[in-house]
Amino acid sequence: MHGKALPYLLLMPATLFLCVFFLYPFALVAFEAFTRDGGFTLDNFRTMTGNWKFPVAFWNTILLAAIVVPIQLVMALLMATVVSRLETGRGAALYIFAIPLGISDLAAGLIWLAIFDQSGFLNTLLSNLGLVDRPVMFLGYQSKLTIFVAVVLAEIWRATAIMMVILVAGIGLIPREYHEAAEVFGASPWKRFVKITLPLLRPSLQTAIILRVILAFEVFAVVAALGGTNFPVLMGETYNWQFSLQDRNVAAAFALLILAISVGLTLFFLRVLRVPKEARI
Amino acid sequence: MNALKTLAGAALALSIAIGGAQAQVLFWSTQARPVEETQKMRSEVLKAFDGQVDYQVAEDGPWLTRLQAELQAGSGTIGVLGGLHGDFSTVGADLVDLSGVDVGGVKLNEDYKKLGMLGTGEQKYMPWMQATFLMAANKQALQYLPAGVDLNTITYDQLIEWAKNIAEKTGSPKFGFPAGPKGLKHRFFEGFLYPSYTGSMVTKFRSAEAETAWNKFKELWQYTNPNSTNYAFMQEPLLTGEVWVAFDHVARLADAFNQRPDEFVAFPAPAGPAGRGYMPVVAGVAIPKTSPDVDKAKALVAYMLKPETQIATLKATNFFPVVDVKLPDDMPASVKAFGPVIATMTGAPDALPALLPMGLGDLGGKFNQVYTDSFERIVLGGQDVRGVLEEQATALKALIDQSKAPCWAPDKPSEGACPVD
Repeated sequence: MHGKALPYLLLMPATLFLCVFFLYPFALVAFEAFTRDGGFTLDNFRTMTGNWKFPVAFWNTILLAAIVVPIQLVMALLMATVVSRLETGRGAALYIFAIPLGISDLAAGLIWLAIFDQSGFLNTLLSNLGLVDRPVMFLGYQSKLTIFVAVVLAEIWRATAIMMVILVAGIGLIPREYHEAAEVFGASPWKRFVKITLPLLRPSLQTAIILRVILAFEVFAVVAALGGTNFPVLMGETYNWQFSLQDRNVAAAFALLILAISVGLTLFFLRVLRVPKEARI
Repeated sequence: MNALKTLAGAALALSIAIGGAQAQVLFWSTQARPVEETQKMRSEVLKAFDGQVDYQVAEDGPWLTRLQAELQAGSGTIGVLGGLHGDFSTVGADLVDLSGVDVGGVKLNEDYKKLGMLGTGEQKYMPWMQATFLMAANKQALQYLPAGVDLNTITYDQLIEWAKNIAEKTGSPKFGFPAGPKGLKHRFFEGFLYPSYTGSMVTKFRSAEAETAWNKFKELWQYTNPNSTNYAFMQEPLLTGEVWVAFDHVARLADAFNQRPDEFVAFPAPAGPAGRGYMPVVAGVAIPKTSPDVDKAKALVAYMLKPETQIATLKATNFFPVVDVKLPDDMPASVKAFGPVIATMTGAPDALPALLPMGLGDLGGKFNQVYTDSFERIVLGGQDVRGVLEEQATALKALIDQSKAPCWAPDKPSEGACPVD
């Protein structure tokens, strides 16, 4: 009896924590999104989608996620494979790759701002090399593309390591026998990667992609530091409606939209990358 | 709403756990937010108060959220509030009447005192300090000033010509404008550009005159440093030399004058066809009904209005006194530079004061957004002026109707909500 109840007892604190600090606030936010002055309404969502900045913010966010996540996935796979192969210095390489993880996203944004700013490192370098005669403005309102590229770079730099760490753990779980058997039959390294590593890495890939996609839709501080109001994203608009425009109902509508996109994509990846029970190691 | 109660409960529990009964007065303010100013408020302005003060600053949003949470919970830790006129209009009903506060012999500016009644019979807040916006120029720019232009009577057309001259002769645009996310650009459109061209802030929002104003501003924008969309405080680009001529709040220009007094000149905001529109900024102190010790809070309010405190505040924040006081000679260079210019601007024959928005309650942010959006769409996005003004006017009208705010200067007083023609 005692033994059976124990796991549930141990789960209790975490469950309580989730209920109090996630489910309850979530219910409140959902309530605010669908009400105004006490009555049920969809006006908040209409106000949200009717705002001239909404389509811009929406597509910026989608585009950012669509470009950043695949690049990060490829890089993380590459880095994880390299780290797993290392005989010596594996720990050191892992630590070095993971350094950006320890930096908050705002700090990461500021680091890249220091590079791209009009009086930043890149401009200093270019003018010292004699390539430009006056500082170039990379992050001005006319250069949306450079802002976009800077945000993509900063995001890749900052958050690829989190995928890599998950994938390194996943690669470590794949039994060596499969690789050895494939080698005996003369499979090339690429073939072994595609036919053995990738399929067996599915559960880790799933976790890594879901985690990263959710984070990609919550992108905020990096964009705020590099783009300001020149590059609106959904999370930035949420903040704007809550604090500048003092309209918590519309801010709640934005929050729910971000949540809906995240949940939708999570379900999508759970389905696409699912591992049948009999195929699990 | 329940979230606020929960939050307040949590905050209350936390403060009880940490401090127990506190003797300090918590001064919860949206002003003097830059770290150095906050520090000076603590170490120089408030130090002489008999009884300890904990001066804490917050951005407008969090400032209001905490205040509302305490008001809803019915008990709080905030003793005294500091904020701009507009910050108080939201919470007027929950402020203690300050008409009985003994300010000693000081003579307060009557206009501002009346503004502090928020249209009621009670003194909702006491005026605390005042400021406005001015133009500043690097002296190197003066050689490009078109012939016959007097800085004290400059017009928008002359400013544009000047900015054009500088851009063409030096090879890069050197007019600067605080159009960054934290810049006060909306105040320029509300209190300077619109009044100067239309004689109005709200009523003539989509008039033909307003269209001219925006087109003029677009012209000026051609000679404006494109980095302006990142500027918050114009003193910084003025000091680095990125910008030679700039518009900003006096508190955001002061550093340039204090660091290199001989390099810069200040001058009044330009005039347009309808006059020289300018916006006075008034900050006040108030006491929320949930203040733990109202008597002590009132003593602090009276202390803030003492001439010595007002001078110390001026030194700390670059906001000018609202009481009659003779400024000593050891004032910072910025104060010496701005004082006469403010007098020239406010005393000009064509002066047209435009007050901060009034009676909008918590829609103040959305009101500003109408002007910011118009700027972003017309000037940055290059959208059609007429079309944007039509759309934004609809948004403006909806806001004004919702708040039922009557017109404020420079618009003529209205019965009921201020009309948007």
